[in-house]
Amino acid sequence: MNASLKRVIKSGWQGFRRNSGLSLATVFIMIMAISLVTALFLLQKTSNHLVATLSEKVDMAVYFAEEPSLDEITTIQAELTSLPEVKNLEYISKEDALAKFVDRHQGEEVIMDSLEEVGGNPLLSSLNIKAFEATQYAAISSFIDSSSFKSIIAKVDYNEKKPAIDKLFSLTSTISNTGIALSIVLAIVAVLIAFNTVRIAIYNSRDEIETMRLVGASNWFIRGPFLVQGMIGGLLAVLITFLVFTAALWFLSPKIDIVVPGLHLFSYFFGSFLMVIILQLAAGVGLGAVASWLAMRKYLKV
Amino acid sequence: MISFQNISKVYQAGTKPIVALSNVSFEVQPGEFVSVVGRSGAGKTTLLKLFLAEERPSAGHIVFESQDIHQIKPHHLPKFRRDIGVVFQDYKLLPSKTTYENIAYVLEVMGASDADIANDVVRVLDLVGLTNRAQSFPEELSGGERQRAAIARALVHQPKVILADEPTGNLDPYHTKDIIKLLTRINEMGTTVILATHNQDIINSLEKRVITLEEGKIIRDEERGRFTI
Repeated sequence: MNASLKRVIKSGWQGFRRNSGLSLATVFIMIMAISLVTALFLLQKTSNHLVATLSEKVDMAVYFAEEPSLDEITTIQAELTSLPEVKNLEYISKEDALAKFVDRHQGEEVIMDSLEEVGGNPLLSSLNIKAFEATQYAAISSFIDSSSFKSIIAKVDYNEKKPAIDKLFSLTSTISNTGIALSIVLAIVAVLIAFNTVRIAIYNSRDEIETMRLVGASNWFIRGPFLVQGMIGGLLAVLITFLVFTAALWFLSPKIDIVVPGLHLFSYFFGSFLMVIILQLAAGVGLGAVASWLAMRKYLKV
Repeated sequence: MISFQNISKVYQAGTKPIVALSNVSFEVQPGEFVSVVGRSGAGKTTLLKLFLAEERPSAGHIVFESQDIHQIKPHHLPKFRRDIGVVFQDYKLLPSKTTYENIAYVLEVMGASDADIANDVVRVLDLVGLTNRAQSFPEELSGGERQRAAIARALVHQPKVILADEPTGNLDPYHTKDIIKLLTRINEMGTTVILATHNQDIINSLEKRVITLEEGKIIRDEERGRFTI
């Protein structure tokens, strides 16, 4: 390492240590900014997961007026499978439907009694259809409406579910749009606050910067220690934020998993360790360095 | 070596122009010891600020070693300023650095080796009598000590020219004599010294060239001058 770089780093560290009050204030603000970015990162993962889970739960069923023959089922299944939108098909016969119904309402006497009252098997055989994406059900529904086997179909429950599905998807898209807008606003606010804090720190040193110019220091030699100081602050902020998030997720992740099963935020956080660290370093060190750089320009003109 | 050519400096205070210097011309030869005297506000400090290229003249040129210093590009200014040692009226010590570090800074800026820095700083600290204050911060020093630290910083890199703006303003007569003796000795070793002061005793005991400023104009420029305002 050349002597001048060594001096710049040493001087930056000294500056950080000797202005500890102001340095810690800057670190604190930076922790806020980095936490925000990290939290948004995790929130995005959570909302993606939620949308995926919800989409998974949506399906449609085609009820047949009477038990179709095996041939008919095979034809219908073949036709539907050929659609690019269809992900999965499941045929449920009258018997299966009854067994499921009885299983679900075990112990509910009123229902069991009325089932007995009706006598026989009042349930219809059906075909459960899963699409790759929730928006594709409309297409499948209209395909069925114009298909050759329309005559043996009693009803398609998509028409009943449609309002619920539409509502769900307008909700998720609203959430994700609001999330993005909010993230951008919050990120800008965080950056501006962190930036201002660094600017105040530099403003405090403006006379010092001018003096350095007057005794013959080059701009790089003056700027260097302030950049180092900003970067140390950023680094420290990243470290603290990382520890805070690790601890918080360690305790909270099991509880979050109860509410949102299968999310595993903690393992996700560590799984994307590199990504998280890069994101935080970019936010912390980058912010510190860029803010110092910009804030200093004015005072280097002597 | 140094040539002030028809220098004028006008400050704008609101709508009213304030003339700090008006058509000032003089030359300083290498190795000369020049005192600039005058009342407060006569333009002494402005003269030094212009020479350091801290400010630009409203008219005229200042030439140092055949270079117009106000034509020097900003990124070449540091190199020019390393040839000059300045004792600022308000000291301008770096508050977050110790006495030792303040003096060492000038050498660090020039890229001196660690060994040379350690050597030179200790020597200069001893010269100004601040050896036992080396690890103190400026705010822990008395006015006189700060002034001596500022002088030490101006000397340590053996500049070609030393500008001293009231370097004895806060010193008792005993230290004043020492500092002037120091400046004289450095001058005898070949360094050009420009001293701005309004201390009558110093001027009269020096028996060197005196330039007298009044309201931004040179009213007297005498070899072996005396203090007369």
